[in-house]
Amino acid sequence: MIVEVSDLRREFVVRRPAGRLRRTRDVVAAVDGVTFGIEPGECVGYIGANGAGKSTTIKMLTGILVPTSGTVRVCGVEPVRQRTALARRVGVVFGQRSQLWWDLPLQDSFRLLAAIHRLPASSAGPRLAECVELLEMEPFLDTPVRQLSLGQRMRGEVTAALLHSPELLVLDEPTIGLDLLSKERLRGFLVRERRERGTTVLLTTHDLPDIERLCDRILVVDHGRVAFDGTLPGLVARVGAERVLVVDLVEPGPPLSDVPGTTLRLVEADGLRQHLAFRAEETTAAAVVAAVSARVELRDLAVTEPDIEDVVRRIYES
Amino acid sequence: MADPRVLEPAAGTVAGPTVAGAYGALVRSRIAAQASYRSSFALDIAAQVLIGLVEFAEVYVVFSQVEKLGGFSFAEVTLIFGLATAGFGLADLVVGHVDRLPYYVRTGQLDAFLLRPLSALGQLVTSDFSLRRLGRVVVSLVLLAVALTAVDIEWTPARVVLLLVTPLIGAVIFGAVFVATSAVGFWLVEGTEFTNAFTYGGNYLSSFPFTVFGSVVRRTFTFVIPIAFVAYLPALALLGREDPLGLPGWLSWSAGPVALLSCCAAGLVWRVGLRHYTGAGS
Amino acid sequence: MSLAAARPAAALAGAGFRRWSTYRQAAVAGVFVNTVFGVIKLSILLAVADSAGGTVAGYDRVGLSTYAWMSQGLIAVVVIFAWTELADRIRTGDIAVDLARPVDLQLAWLAADLGRALWGLLSRAIVPILFGAALFGFRVPGDAAALLLLPVSITLAVVVSFACRFMVNLAAFWITEVRGPVTFYILVAGLLGGHLIPVQLFPSWLQAVAYATPFPAIMQWPIDLVTGQASGWAALGLVCAQLGWAVALLALGRVVLRRATRRLVVQGG
Repeated sequence: MIVEVSDLRREFVVRRPAGRLRRTRDVVAAVDGVTFGIEPGECVGYIGANGAGKSTTIKMLTGILVPTSGTVRVCGVEPVRQRTALARRVGVVFGQRSQLWWDLPLQDSFRLLAAIHRLPASSAGPRLAECVELLEMEPFLDTPVRQLSLGQRMRGEVTAALLHSPELLVLDEPTIGLDLLSKERLRGFLVRERRERGTTVLLTTHDLPDIERLCDRILVVDHGRVAFDGTLPGLVARVGAERVLVVDLVEPGPPLSDVPGTTLRLVEADGLRQHLAFRAEETTAAAVVAAVSARVELRDLAVTEPDIEDVVRRIYES
Repeated sequence: MADPRVLEPAAGTVAGPTVAGAYGALVRSRIAAQASYRSSFALDIAAQVLIGLVEFAEVYVVFSQVEKLGGFSFAEVTLIFGLATAGFGLADLVVGHVDRLPYYVRTGQLDAFLLRPLSALGQLVTSDFSLRRLGRVVVSLVLLAVALTAVDIEWTPARVVLLLVTPLIGAVIFGAVFVATSAVGFWLVEGTEFTNAFTYGGNYLSSFPFTVFGSVVRRTFTFVIPIAFVAYLPALALLGREDPLGLPGWLSWSAGPVALLSCCAAGLVWRVGLRHYTGAGS
Repeated sequence: MSLAAARPAAALAGAGFRRWSTYRQAAVAGVFVNTVFGVIKLSILLAVADSAGGTVAGYDRVGLSTYAWMSQGLIAVVVIFAWTELADRIRTGDIAVDLARPVDLQLAWLAADLGRALWGLLSRAIVPILFGAALFGFRVPGDAAALLLLPVSITLAVVVSFACRFMVNLAAFWITEVRGPVTFYILVAGLLGGHLIPVQLFPSWLQAVAYATPFPAIMQWPIDLVTGQASGWAALGLVCAQLGWAVALLALGRVVLRRATRRLVVQGG
């Protein structure tokens, strides 16, 4: 396995002022017993609310932070103890922090990183050229990084992380703040990267379309623990997410609260439009439509699928 | 098709896949970035020259009132001053910016360092190279040259070597002080200013004969933070004088080993600080 | 200033006080540094006195100690260090917001500076002076006139210092990197103002240069009131000179500001 985490724990001491002059010490477990493994070539989405322990886990995987207890092995080494060895085999992208050199042209950052990773120009050159072409970075290679737009910078960051052809790519909120086109371009690039090189990807994100497009597997983290480890359809089924039938009546009618197998969620415009929620395991859309038509005359209808945010929130709450 | 030559080393540079090459590339990029701001660079150098002169003005004013300070003449004190500020200036040039550590911690830049296959301290040191601080080094060397014409030294080969080597060793000692005090930034985020007492305070006091100071100050800055070895003790050796304070003569020639010890101590302090940052110490 | 303008000014001064009082760690660190530098400075001066037979330029050992600890204590009050807040706001363009406010720009910043100076006095001046008094000796002015004039003198010193720093910061309207001029200012003001060595010790030509500048008004003259180098009518004379410099420099600052803002408007912000 390329990532092996066992009963990982990380505690922080938080000092809070208590009263006028004294301060108390609280021990907070940001990561509270996390266990999982990642096989080479997988793409794993790591999701959770803010403060659930995602960034702390990432830091422990990449050698920035030492676990309080438990074991972690990445690419076969212990991250903190063999930091430089690991750095050669892992690429990391932070969405909110930059690893490029702000005041230098973008291509100087690539040049410096090639020197830092001691990459001979013969291998790094073609690799960089490929990334530049796929991500369309040619127009702004000469621009100082601080003048780049967020989308341009993120393309640079991802390239910088892949320059040394790492086995594992870790991305911490890479699409945050990007427009739709940039997000799609980045996702497409990562899909291609995995397909061509078999790079393992670990991705933390709040953007669920990222997960849908890229990941085979999801880890949901809540309060420092793994709340779910499986596929996205599995997650949806586990939480029992609801589909919603939205019906438009010909004329305003009473609330349809007694249709079997459904729960009335919302009544709009005096009963002209109503939202009925039902669970996929219990009944079908066709059956619900039939039951509703038996009661009122329908002008139009639509079915909305489970809101993924909703799914994830249910995991947090359960 | 993007140009694969974009990764070839810039013309005239030597690049090789070595660690030294990596650090060299980092420092070169800093120099290039600074040299591009031509006009403010010139102003900066001028300011640095002025700093050197103003600091020397204190010595000049003192000797407009008296003939000797702590038993040393104007030329002799200028010798000490020149050696001290040359050493400090060189250290400032190479590692002066390590006191930006709290800023790097706050912005997450230190994490970026830890994600690369290079030592964090090495990257911190090569994160800047303040070319403008050369101005101060030049002033100090000029003053040193002038002092040498006015003092009475019995030149031997050993003394010549000592003269040439002292600013470099002084730079190493100050460099160690810079690194050790910057490591404080791992614990204190707001209060790192107090280390200025040792770095800039050290510079201030190294420029004057130690006979001027009280015993607490002397002992602290000889045996705890070895500032005395930067200029005062080597000056004694050059001038062929006994230390009026009773330190043995061979000590005046021992700046080299002391510098080495200082580096080890500084490295140790840095390691402890970094371990604290990565949570290994708690 | 009219009463109507005094309230916002007081509020600004209060805000200046509060902002600086939140940096406690930094204050303690600053006191430590000032104290160490004070010991070094005093050691050098005492050695000079010893060489000169006990007194030099009218200072005996206690007088030099008083000078040293006053000069260290006043650093945070009259700002003998890099201050670029105004220049930073000019560089980022935030100055446009300040200029649009119905409060006079220069006086608003002056009020804030006075608040900051008060905090500096309480947090960073008292400890070095007490430390110095305990270990090295400190002579409180015996002259009642000097004692009464001291708060006035210190206040005027802050105003003169502010007026100078204000103008130096305004350079940001014309050049992008203000760090050079600011460094230049601190060095020259520090030296000629008597921060490193009392002006009375200067060779006569350098003394003449110093008195031609406003810098002694920032540090040396308040200290002279304490060490007794100026007493009675001479003390009043110094304070009047400080007032003169303050008024002249503030006025000059307003002229420079007017030219700067005109340039801003012409360039379209």
